[in-house]
Amino acid sequence: MSLDKLDHRNEKGWALKAYTWVVIAWLSLPILVMILFGFNNTTGRFNFVWQGWTLQWYRDLFAIPDLTTALENSITIAVIVTIVSAVLGTMIGYAMGKYRFRGRAMLDLMLFANVAAPEIAMGTGLLSLFLTLGISRGYWTVVIAHIMFDIVYVAITVRARMSAYDRSLEEAANDLGASSFTTFRLVTLPILMPGVVAGALLAFALSIDDFIITEFNAGTMQTFPLWVYGSSRVGTPPQVNVMGTLVFAFGVVLVIANTLWLRRSRKRQAVRAA
Amino acid sequence: MRKKLAPYWLILPGGLWLVVFFVVPMIAMVNVSLQTGSLETGFQQTFAWHNYVDMITNYHTQLVRSLVYGLATTVITIGLAYPMAYWIAFKGGRHKSSYLFLILLPFFVTFVIRTISWQFLLADNGIVLGNLKDWGLLPESFHVLATPYAVVGGLVYNFLPFMVLPIYVALERIDRTLLEAAHDLFASRREAFTKVVLPLSLPGVFAGVILTFVPAAADYVNAQILGGTGQVMIGNIIETLYLTNSDYPDASALSSILLAALLLGIFVYAKALGTRDVLDASAG
Repeated sequence: MSLDKLDHRNEKGWALKAYTWVVIAWLSLPILVMILFGFNNTTGRFNFVWQGWTLQWYRDLFAIPDLTTALENSITIAVIVTIVSAVLGTMIGYAMGKYRFRGRAMLDLMLFANVAAPEIAMGTGLLSLFLTLGISRGYWTVVIAHIMFDIVYVAITVRARMSAYDRSLEEAANDLGASSFTTFRLVTLPILMPGVVAGALLAFALSIDDFIITEFNAGTMQTFPLWVYGSSRVGTPPQVNVMGTLVFAFGVVLVIANTLWLRRSRKRQAVRAA
Repeated sequence: MRKKLAPYWLILPGGLWLVVFFVVPMIAMVNVSLQTGSLETGFQQTFAWHNYVDMITNYHTQLVRSLVYGLATTVITIGLAYPMAYWIAFKGGRHKSSYLFLILLPFFVTFVIRTISWQFLLADNGIVLGNLKDWGLLPESFHVLATPYAVVGGLVYNFLPFMVLPIYVALERIDRTLLEAAHDLFASRREAFTKVVLPLSLPGVFAGVILTFVPAAADYVNAQILGGTGQVMIGNIIETLYLTNSDYPDASALSSILLAALLLGIFVYAKALGTRDVLDASAG
């Protein structure tokens, strides 16, 4: 390879690297603004102009009762939804990864349609069902709605993990006299666990962040995103920035912890294999 | 026999949940969309197909605008995402997952807050435009909010990671020995890209298109927060009809029209590719 060709290649690599960092900076800009203005010593209704540092909003985090309730609702809904959809979604993902059965293509189509359908159609559809049945909207209708889309994401994540799954391990356990429950607990579940955890994290994030489907099915109940959306017309208080920052920090820490845990268990497996 | 039933027991609870709260609601929506009446007098099923005609007549401007904004968002995100995904997949080295993590960072902030942050950044006298105006670099009357640029910009921002990820996954899967083979066969770098890398990455692009186009065209949060009266999208209309006016039949008709338009496109699209590819790519 000639020298100038090499140079050219390096230059291109640099340009793309710089470009990638510029886009990452652009993606992070609103996050930085959110964090920064949680420390803003603002006085008026609009938190738009920088007035100097303060920790007041961290101290007065729960000074707005409606906002606090909304955040509580978001968190408890996300916890319930994550547990239920992790279980139901894992069962689907495992079945699809392991068995060939009649109706599998239909199920596949339903999962695909769920991922591909616009949120507004799922939201209005569910609301139409609740209206038709005369069910009033609130906390539990939102729980139902979130489980409906989260099951699918867990199922897809677990199924993707199943491609790394070696059927002969289960057969070996069976041959050694393990009951099917013992086999599932000691062989299958540990293999699936990273997929289940990743799916559950995704489910939690999607639930706590969801706006459109929630808006249509919440009735007068408020979640954190709904409250923030409502406040955008009259001025968003700095407590929203603080709560957003704390949720952000919590999510980042959780994902990093999960990554480290995965890396450690992989290392342990490698050691065991050697 | 027990073995044969095992998969059905496993999918039963979740599958039932999806049928009752995902499939049946679509039927309920069509059912409501054919009713007439009002909240005061109650709604009756009259098979009022004219609801659909009315909705298209009244709101075709917003419908077309939504599709155009969705399309613009998709094209721009492909342009922005592909070089990034390419660089991370081929030159990211051992920091690949760190780069992906940085691209996913916005997802740790609520969608609504992210959009409000842009409203704040782009405000007429905010920290960007306000300063530029003070320095005399922009005329006083210059504004970004309440223009199509602000809305499409917000959509691009919010959905860019959905395009980067599937393209990255597709590029990452490409067997590197294919590139060596192309090289050995005297393909130039450009040829190796257009004849090997690009075709193999297309399933990722297709998955990204679905994951971006559908939520962008059906979105109303960006138009509400960043747009003005000239940027109203079909989602805003559905939201108002359903939640403010309690005009359930018309709202359902409009939502059905949007769903039909988008799903029709997707299924034609997915048929050509196979749904597995799209699902796998979207699962990362």
